[in-house]
Amino acid sequence: MGKVININPITRIEGHASIHIQLDNNGNVQETKVAFKSLRGFEKFVEGKPAEELPRIVSRICGICPWMHHLASNKAVDACFNVTPPPAGSLLRELMLAVAHVEDKLLHFFFLAGADFFLGPGVDYSVRNIMGLVKENPELAGKVVKMRHKAKMVLDRFSKKTIHPVAGVPGGFIKPLSMEDHKIFLDNLTELMDFTLFSLEYAKKEVFPEYLYSYPGLGEITTGFIGTVDPDGALNLYDGNIRLMKPSGSFTEFPSEEYLDHLGEKVVPFSYGKFPYAKCWGEGFSLNPSAPKGIYRSNTLARINVADHIGTPWAQAELEGFRDLFGRPAQGTLLYHYARLIEAVYACERAIEILKDPWVMNPETRTKAEPGAGRGIGCVEAPRGTLIHDYTTDENGLITRVNIIVGTNHNLAPINLSVDRAARDLIKNGHYDEAILNKIEMAVRAYDP
Amino acid sequence: MPIKIAGESLNSCSGCEISILDMGDKFLQLLEFATFVHLPLLMDSKHGDPENIGKAVKLPQADVGLISGGIKTHEHLELARAMRDSCDCIIALGTCATHGGIPSLANSYNNDDLLERCFNTISTDKMDGSTDKVDGFPSHEVPGLLNACYALDEHIQVDICLPGCPPHPDHIFRALQSLEKNESLDLPEKSVCDNCPATRNGKGRIKTLKRTLDLPKWQIYDHAEKPFTCFLEQGFLCMGPVTRNGCGGDSDPARCIMAQVPCRGCYGPVKKEGNQRLSMLNALASNGIDISSLPETVSMLRFSGGHGLLRPLSGKKESE
Repeated sequence: MGKVININPITRIEGHASIHIQLDNNGNVQETKVAFKSLRGFEKFVEGKPAEELPRIVSRICGICPWMHHLASNKAVDACFNVTPPPAGSLLRELMLAVAHVEDKLLHFFFLAGADFFLGPGVDYSVRNIMGLVKENPELAGKVVKMRHKAKMVLDRFSKKTIHPVAGVPGGFIKPLSMEDHKIFLDNLTELMDFTLFSLEYAKKEVFPEYLYSYPGLGEITTGFIGTVDPDGALNLYDGNIRLMKPSGSFTEFPSEEYLDHLGEKVVPFSYGKFPYAKCWGEGFSLNPSAPKGIYRSNTLARINVADHIGTPWAQAELEGFRDLFGRPAQGTLLYHYARLIEAVYACERAIEILKDPWVMNPETRTKAEPGAGRGIGCVEAPRGTLIHDYTTDENGLITRVNIIVGTNHNLAPINLSVDRAARDLIKNGHYDEAILNKIEMAVRAYDP
Repeated sequence: MPIKIAGESLNSCSGCEISILDMGDKFLQLLEFATFVHLPLLMDSKHGDPENIGKAVKLPQADVGLISGGIKTHEHLELARAMRDSCDCIIALGTCATHGGIPSLANSYNNDDLLERCFNTISTDKMDGSTDKVDGFPSHEVPGLLNACYALDEHIQVDICLPGCPPHPDHIFRALQSLEKNESLDLPEKSVCDNCPATRNGKGRIKTLKRTLDLPKWQIYDHAEKPFTCFLEQGFLCMGPVTRNGCGGDSDPARCIMAQVPCRGCYGPVKKEGNQRLSMLNALASNGIDISSLPETVSMLRFSGGHGLLRPLSGKKESE
């Protein structure tokens, strides 16, 4: 056996992971593994806690998408306690979710993945980052830092706590929107909308031509997809049915309460992260790169693949342009970045749409809930994919069992396959260098794990 | 010369690192006097050479080491020690680093219980070919678990503690600035109640506590000048009296209070070595509140279960 290449840690991603590449005697790739190394035990240690406290505990699963865990958890507790939020409560939750998506997409595209595009995958590691971008292109970087901060501060001003939020509560939202906050939201979202459109145009001109067309096959694999759609089949980040699409483009659709009939999770010896797969396809699970089984992907590309359309005009126009170029379902791994910016436009448009809905100002934002026995499955689209929180409570409303499938985990098997593909394409006869290893990591970063 | 900063995140969620970015314009100011030499979330420095399997972690030398997260795996421990060796000053960034944080709730259980729950759920299939449960847990390429989630200072010397879940960007900025200017650092040291906008009318007549499903009385959002009544006096558990303040940064009162929800204790105990559960139960009892009206009390240590404060039950019901 040849040597082992170990990329540890994978950098400019959100989680804790490493890549292990086993070479054969000729220096070609024999096997790859991506190990996800975080195990904190949320599913265990929330047992016995009052269910209404969970939205304030499980947000700590991820400091980058805490809003999504917070809101999925609130939806699960709503269902356990059999309470329905008033319309304004649901709208305010969705508004926060949409703005958090905008912020997350700017963070990922510019701060995490962006250095590969703006500075190049082969430039020295010490400058290949947002700090390097500040030096190289202070005007763009300064704007990016300000706009991302603006999105964050809109959330902060209204909800007071944006990293590990507290404003969603079982039964709705903690407070109504004031006229003053409404105006500030609208002004800021309009500015953010302009910036996301600028970002997409900029990327289409300056970034995608080189990367999408020069490295069309980087980490490319063929899989199914998962995402949430509304009753019209349109993209929805907050609520709706889960749609699970096969690689051929055919799909099944089901309410999130039925997820166990469709999805399973594999435990693999090299990862604390579990590997979800499409149990309902009946083909089992395999990570064999030449014949993968049960593999589907989540996150931006998946959502815009499974949706028939997008319900807001700017994002819909962009989706049409995207489909003209790449078809449906589009499979290119780097297309995740393109899809990410289309979704950023959608999230801005949707936030503005919510702000223009007269119901959003209604002072009734919360229905009183009573603790009790129940089962609740709360589902939202996190930036990294379909997020499922499944809770069971006893008669005192204390948690007896929790099962969580986090957005990133849907992509753990695909990330393994994409890394395998990239490594086999790029490492030949024992030759590799820092730039090649970074390109292999780019196949991971597309998924923004 | 700009100061060199290295950062590592251990048993954490990356929220502390996002709080660094949430400085906004100050992040750009920070880059004028500081250089990041290692920060895996934002830059591509590794723990060693790609052929480093089995070799010691090597990190770049830095003036300041920011470590977020507690220590739960052998790899976390190795990284914490490597950071201590390579950095002149270690900042424990966030309550996971200072007191164990939310993940230290796992300290109520032993690792077999954690693994059993996480890898045998209603949606998991058992690992192929395994019949023995313990052998069926992931063990290759992943770091082994320690028997508890530790705060940093249980394993390495810490120079500055910046608690918070996450720490406020104002404090992260001021801490780094004080190191660059070689000035003393002045951080909040009182409790959340110290600058809470609520009014207290005395001990109140509350004898039992309500679940936070009840709706608190509140008028602050539309009439900021109007005071509201202390959550505890309204009968809601609020950890403010036993929690270090500072979450509102240099200008605002506590964030959760301003969001109209009671404090849950994310800045850890007021005195670094305090016990939030013990102090809170004492405070409630001395106010004549029946503590048996609480559904459970482990959650009072949800941010500070390190330092041996939360332990596995070992078959007995935990004494309150």
